[in-house]
Amino acid sequence: MKNKTIKVDYLARVEGEGALYVKIKDNSLTDVKLKIFEPPRFFEAFLQGRNYSEAPDITARICGICPIAYQMSAVHAMEDAFGVTVDGQLRALRRLIYCGEWIESHALHVYMLHAPDFLGYTDAIQMAKDHPALVQRGLQLKKAGNEIVAFLGGREIHPINVRVGGFYKVPAKRELEPLAERLKWARDAALETVRWTATLDFPDFEQDYEFVALCHPGEYPFNEGRLVSNKGLDISVRDYDDSFVEEHVPYSNALHSIIKGRGAYFVGPLARYNLNFNRLSPMTQEAAHSAGLSYVCNNPFQSIIVRSVEILYACDEALRIIDQYERPDKPSVQVQPRAGTGYGCTEAPRGILYHRYSTDDNGVIIDAKIVPPTSQNQKTIENDLWQFIPKYLDLPSEKLTLQCEQAIRNYDPCISCATHFLKLYVNRE
Amino acid sequence: MKGKKWDDPFVFIIGIGNAYRSDDAVGLHVAQCLKKQAHDHVYVLEESGEGLSLMESWKDADTVILIDAVYSGARPGTILRFDARDQPIPSNLFHYSTHAFGVAETIELARALNQLPNRLIVYGIEGKCFEAGAGLSVEVDKAVQEVTIRVQQDIRNSGI
Repeated sequence: MKNKTIKVDYLARVEGEGALYVKIKDNSLTDVKLKIFEPPRFFEAFLQGRNYSEAPDITARICGICPIAYQMSAVHAMEDAFGVTVDGQLRALRRLIYCGEWIESHALHVYMLHAPDFLGYTDAIQMAKDHPALVQRGLQLKKAGNEIVAFLGGREIHPINVRVGGFYKVPAKRELEPLAERLKWARDAALETVRWTATLDFPDFEQDYEFVALCHPGEYPFNEGRLVSNKGLDISVRDYDDSFVEEHVPYSNALHSIIKGRGAYFVGPLARYNLNFNRLSPMTQEAAHSAGLSYVCNNPFQSIIVRSVEILYACDEALRIIDQYERPDKPSVQVQPRAGTGYGCTEAPRGILYHRYSTDDNGVIIDAKIVPPTSQNQKTIENDLWQFIPKYLDLPSEKLTLQCEQAIRNYDPCISCATHFLKLYVNRE
Repeated sequence: MKGKKWDDPFVFIIGIGNAYRSDDAVGLHVAQCLKKQAHDHVYVLEESGEGLSLMESWKDADTVILIDAVYSGARPGTILRFDARDQPIPSNLFHYSTHAFGVAETIELARALNQLPNRLIVYGIEGKCFEAGAGLSVEVDKAVQEVTIRVQQDIRNSGI
């Protein structure tokens, strides 16, 4: 009997820290656990007793890379509770700031976190020594996204200009011109990114996933739509709690989210792409096809191409919004709080982000529920590893560890949204 | 100041930290001391330490002096000084940042991309407490004055 344990202090190039436990006995895989030692962050608890208007800024603090998603889910849930509709140019500006977040988050992941796996480097710094132009392009793309968020949000990280009902301040049309110039460059760079990611080598790995994403009749989803899946789910966001449930697992402090009666599901770029391909802009669809992607992609390793396609879409969509922009009369619509429960779900870069709030007559929050995308993908990440590892059991432990890390990074898990510490153990018996 | 083109040589001073994480704020304190003193061609910035913003900040600078808290197990208040053009930043320093891309990583990435300023001096001040809260530990507070004096000496030595 041969025992072997590999310990990695933390899983590199994933936001936040947690642990993966892999057990191999007599040359067969006997256990996989994605362990999340989540210290309570109390966000849902300390929203209680706060005014409804504070929710966007408080929840934005959950994540430094996707604060817009938290703000957008919060404002939509509150507007749902109060019967408020935000449309026209204010709605368009919300899509625009969401474009900025997708560009910055996806560019960071594609170039700095995931690309080193495909090109065989330990990190982006080592990769930059051999591929400086590539890394430069990634950094400049990320910057283009940052500029949208900083411009509309007031600052790059934890923006402050978003409110229930709209914005505190909206730009004049001419103020958007420098952004448009930058975005034209970014759209070209994004197209190059799609072409480049398509040339990478991908393991032959496809599973029969249940993909879940928002679906809107006329647009690729950011803020609105029904929750649909490729296996028959089709519900309004208000009915989320009827179909999805979070479970405790004994080895993890983070909750595992499942679809009732069915189990694991998959959210994020791949899910959005597979359920909404025909809502991408024509140039984005064409770029995806040129990259060899069909309108459905079931290989999670190819999510790096799909993310690049979404960067391209976000640049294209941002330019469309800027082109059609006219400054609205008021930066926000009036909001009259009332007692009730509101539901919001938007497409964070990593997938659907669900918020639910109950308020009293004065708009004070009496209950809050937040389900981030990473907790929804956790079970699918584990399932992937169950299927993936047996194909690579003969690899030396160090290489197997890297393969596992790459498979986890397919999901770009933002563990800090829900967790504290990730250690990787491979235990061979 | 970002994106500005500079006609004359200048020294760029960047204090890094989180004002609400106790000794993590020491770089900001040094920056604030230096701001009170008038220098021609010296510009002082306070930054969170996010890598891309840092690289952007120093893009057009000749001489950059960074001041940040470090945690290496040394005596609190210990002052480290590196000339980053001559030596890599030890990767065990500057690592408690919640940002994935910290100061040390940014400097090494900039080196790989040939984007370091002509002169980059890094001061690291050993912190004692990085818990949530405002205010410096006594030992770290003492180092603020010392580093401020040493940075002024660096400015004089820069020939500006």
